[in-house]
Amino acid sequence: MAGSTLASPSVEAPPLARAPASPGRETWRRFRRHRLALASVAVLAVLVGGVLFGGLIWPLAIDDIDFSAQLQGPSWAHPFGTDDLGQDLLARMIYGGRISLAVGFAAMAVASLIGVVVGALAGMSRRMLDPALMWLTDLFLSLPQLPLLLLVIYLFRDSLKAVFGVQGGVFLMIVAVIGGLRWMPVARLVRAQFLTLREKEFVEASRSQGATTGHLVRRHILPNALGPVIVAASIEVSAAIIAESTLSFLGLGFPPDIPTWGRLLFDAKDHLDVAPHWALFPGGAIFLTVLSINFIGDGLRDALDPRRVL
Amino acid sequence: MTDPILSVRDLTAAFRSDGRWREVVHGVSFDIGPRETVALVGESGSGKSVSAMSIMRLLARDASRIGGSVRFEGRELLAAPEAEMRRVRGDSIAMIFQEPMTSLNPVLTVGFQIAEALIRHRGLSRAAAEAEVVRLLDKVRIPGARSRIHQYPHLFSGGMRQRVMIAMALACRPKLLIADEPTTALDVTIQAQILDLIKSLQDEEGMSVLFITHDMGVVAEIADRTVVMYRGRAVETGPTARIFSAPEDPYTRALLAAVPRLGAMAGRARPMRFPVIDRATGVAEPTPETPDTVRAAERPVLEVRDLTTRFEIRSGLFGRVTGRVHAVERVSFSLAAGETLALVGESGCGKSTTGRSILRLVEPLSGSVVLDGEDIAGLDAKALRTRRQRMQMIFQDPFASLDPRMSVGAAVAEPLLINRLATAREARERAEALLTRVGLPAEAAGRFPHEFSGGQRQRICIARALALRPRLIVADEAVSALDVSVKAQVVNLMLDLQAEMGLAYLFISHDMAVVERVSHRVAVMYLGEIVEIGPRAAVFGDPQHPYTKKLLAAVPVPDPARRRDRHALPDDEIRSPIRAPDYVPPERLYREVSPGHVVQDWGSDWEAAATRVAAA
Amino acid sequence: MGAYILRRLLIAIPSLLGISLILFVVLALAPGDPFGELAANPNVPPEVRAALRLKFGLDDPIFTRYLRWLWAMLHGDWGFSFASRVNVDTLILQRLPTTLFVVGSSQILALLVAVPVGLYAARRPYSLADQVANTLAFVGFSLPTFFTGLLFILLFSIKLGWLPFVYQADLPGTGLAWAWENVRQAIMPVAVLGFFQAASYTRYVRASALDVARLDYVTTARAKGLTEGTVTRRHIARNALIPVVTLVALQIPAVFGGAIVTEQIFRIPGIGSLLIDAMLANDTPVVMAVTFVFAGLVVLFNLVADLLYGWLDPRIALR
Repeated sequence: MAGSTLASPSVEAPPLARAPASPGRETWRRFRRHRLALASVAVLAVLVGGVLFGGLIWPLAIDDIDFSAQLQGPSWAHPFGTDDLGQDLLARMIYGGRISLAVGFAAMAVASLIGVVVGALAGMSRRMLDPALMWLTDLFLSLPQLPLLLLVIYLFRDSLKAVFGVQGGVFLMIVAVIGGLRWMPVARLVRAQFLTLREKEFVEASRSQGATTGHLVRRHILPNALGPVIVAASIEVSAAIIAESTLSFLGLGFPPDIPTWGRLLFDAKDHLDVAPHWALFPGGAIFLTVLSINFIGDGLRDALDPRRVL
Repeated sequence: MTDPILSVRDLTAAFRSDGRWREVVHGVSFDIGPRETVALVGESGSGKSVSAMSIMRLLARDASRIGGSVRFEGRELLAAPEAEMRRVRGDSIAMIFQEPMTSLNPVLTVGFQIAEALIRHRGLSRAAAEAEVVRLLDKVRIPGARSRIHQYPHLFSGGMRQRVMIAMALACRPKLLIADEPTTALDVTIQAQILDLIKSLQDEEGMSVLFITHDMGVVAEIADRTVVMYRGRAVETGPTARIFSAPEDPYTRALLAAVPRLGAMAGRARPMRFPVIDRATGVAEPTPETPDTVRAAERPVLEVRDLTTRFEIRSGLFGRVTGRVHAVERVSFSLAAGETLALVGESGCGKSTTGRSILRLVEPLSGSVVLDGEDIAGLDAKALRTRRQRMQMIFQDPFASLDPRMSVGAAVAEPLLINRLATAREARERAEALLTRVGLPAEAAGRFPHEFSGGQRQRICIARALALRPRLIVADEAVSALDVSVKAQVVNLMLDLQAEMGLAYLFISHDMAVVERVSHRVAVMYLGEIVEIGPRAAVFGDPQHPYTKKLLAAVPVPDPARRRDRHALPDDEIRSPIRAPDYVPPERLYREVSPGHVVQDWGSDWEAAATRVAAA
Repeated sequence: MGAYILRRLLIAIPSLLGISLILFVVLALAPGDPFGELAANPNVPPEVRAALRLKFGLDDPIFTRYLRWLWAMLHGDWGFSFASRVNVDTLILQRLPTTLFVVGSSQILALLVAVPVGLYAARRPYSLADQVANTLAFVGFSLPTFFTGLLFILLFSIKLGWLPFVYQADLPGTGLAWAWENVRQAIMPVAVLGFFQAASYTRYVRASALDVARLDYVTTARAKGLTEGTVTRRHIARNALIPVVTLVALQIPAVFGGAIVTEQIFRIPGIGSLLIDAMLANDTPVVMAVTFVFAGLVVLFNLVADLLYGWLDPRIALR
């Protein structure tokens, strides 16, 4: 016990000359040092901008069938080539990318929301709620996710289509299922953060000054727990994009008339020998998106949570 | 003087951070003679540990640069190839570190870890090495050595692990032992045992010791010669006795003035400020007497009666209660306005839990806590929140006690806003006034905690605690993590504030020397109980309980002239307050030896210890 | 240690029950009669359908149905596949060894790559080798298996013609040539799955080794004069692998997910492709059984990871 914290600087600090450095500014300074992350922000911005506004610059229809231009490689008329029905791949990728990215971000939002709520409840409870929630989390972690995802879609696809329409129904279901099966890492992280933070002296100090539990969570615990959660959430986006592409690639995600990137790969895989471009462009797009999000996540980790290297 | 065994000349060390080299040790020189103990003393950041690591060349090669010369038995170490340096490490120069809890590999048995050096440097077979390990563990007085060599480190206490570390260091009979703060993480009685052990082993083995420490008391106990370091430079070198009796450098003088000396307060009733000495000139400012602040006539601010806090230990599949930590057991005391009561004891004695139980940061099991005439032990959460305004806490770790994402001004203003005692504007003005009061510029309000040093943060915490104008402040090891000189300044501030506002302090500390300086009354805790309580002069001047005596005897005194023979201290460990679930604490009897000085009747288990200490 | 194993075993049972309950509830909540589609299927005789309805007792309360289903599953009575007209358990037992072979070899490959590379990168953090390894790892786990699979086929089968891209479980022939053919057809699927996992494992090992390398006992080991190799092997690697075991265990569900994809790409006749085929053929008993087998495998491998953990960390006996 005796003086176990020797890290304190001895000399009474230097005069405060510099401008105040708020934690936000510090974070940005550290993020900037991660060059790959910074480049990834630019790449992701181009990708997102492309799928959002690309339709304005490249107004070809996604279902314009042209049998005279089947399985053509990249050309000026079709920069990314065409598929077996002569449909323009660039236009299809712009449209499908919107769905792929939307699934990624929406599923991340679902997963983070559930994860933060479950983790916060478990982290603040001092009774039976914590072990119960953690048992549930561990149970979900040991579920075989992809088979279960496939099972749920297999069982519920038709009825949801009936209620929300083809596109809306499948979208809602995929977001809900991916989000509902991927909240556990966030929950564990939030709980671990809460458990550490709620014993921290600054929280105890606030408590001993008469703060309510709600105030402690809102003002002190949650803001300080958020750094790692943001990092985890960024990784969730790329995981959700991969999950959606996997479903579509297995032919169990979006139907053929909604050309998400995974669906394009599914359609392309039987024509690899004659039309490799058909697989390479959507595959490359998935790879680039996931890679840049992962690098951004890494940069955020360095910036928000300098102690954890993982 | 004979040829030195180690000769360090113009040692420099630099680290690379953010692509720039920053020198932290600027040309340090000293010698260590055969069988000599040299202390490298300084506050944190003075470069003392870096110097030691540089001698061993243990700093990360890519991120550090070492210059100058280190000659060991005439051989230049800094120029030696890495392979040759490896033959020196653990063989002729060995090292022990500060943190015994983390210095041993958790997945290897202690026996194997000690044997590693023997196998590597002496080429012993496993069997021969094992026999040698048993001998070494006996030598460092670990009971049951033969059975313990196959155990893993987690089964050893901190003191025992440090003994293992010493056995490991001594394995190849080194000529030089470098001890980097080896007792800093240990309790004071265990520290005394380890210092004792190092000294006697040094005599037996005839080795030299380089002892790195921040504790002037330890220096006085152990070192023949002393090197005082400050900001990467050796500011003064000389025989320990001379440094203590006639320090030449202004920094050494300032440092020694800030060191509390146990026994220096004999004959004084009131707490005393530390003298303030200018670091540049070495001139002492006059030390004003503290006024008599205790309002003995009024009803005490705090009356604690039979406070008991226990924690259940659950284990096994179904979470059965397999034991209980009797952290606080029927503790009673009272505290008047303007008075400081110190709670002292070693780790695990329940002093911190007592403080937290009073604020109900942990829920006590039973007992009453009467604050200004009202028992708060039974209040509901809402009522408790309003009462908490009158009692505040200051914590040990100044780094953890401020929210890193909240500006200092917001942190100080927060209590006012939570309790709706001020508008945002008033709170901000009050925060600035409080920061000025604790000696910080008002602009500090806009800054964030990471921009401040440990001592400044502790001032901010004090300002925050004062925001609600409390009657009582529980200071839980509030100055323990601070360097000596900063510690002295913060203590002075606390004394000034007490005089100004009539604050009652419950001063929780393991540091007997600081306690002697600041407190009016002292309560000694052992295994969750108060074993002795009374006026500070009585408890320190005429200790009654064997544990109090043992504690006082173990404190190193920063005065080489008063170096005592420590062999009287028994090698026992601190006992654990964990008991079986069916344990019923015995009924305790107390007797008053002089007015206000009350001692627990100790049972037979203390009899033997009492006679041993008395004989010493 | 014995108590620890027992405790882990006892914890595995409720999680298996929990998983089976979740699966059953999903099935029961599914709109309509899960066997209703059979009515439209002319291949299924009405008496089979009636027998199924009776066996699953579709009109009983849900909990009774769950218990009965569980009881049947425990008895190995897994139903009848109406797509392939065999008992489901026979079908799964036929296909399981292939899946286990591919998944097992890919995991071994992943660890063989990840542990040395991760440890090496951690020895010299931020050096050129570390940065290359780190960037490659990022690329590795950002490449989804279905895309790498296609890339491999494109390169090694179509362009270079080195490797076959259709996996045959029952290759004809014997002898060395036969063994070599078996290895050849396994190279791509094992590599696709293995490198994907290796990428994330490398990051785990590196991060964990970096954490350990800062610890005091590593300095202690160096102060004893041990060589860097011994310090890395004995003091860093062993401790660094303890958290890695937990992280690898968390990856197990993802590994089986990856197996489904690879089996689909390379047309490996394992239980993953069985699942997809059964779904496309609306073969509900097979879908349920395979999903349950996957769940059981995940629980089983988690148990293995727990035992490994207990073996690596002597402190575990206390918990």
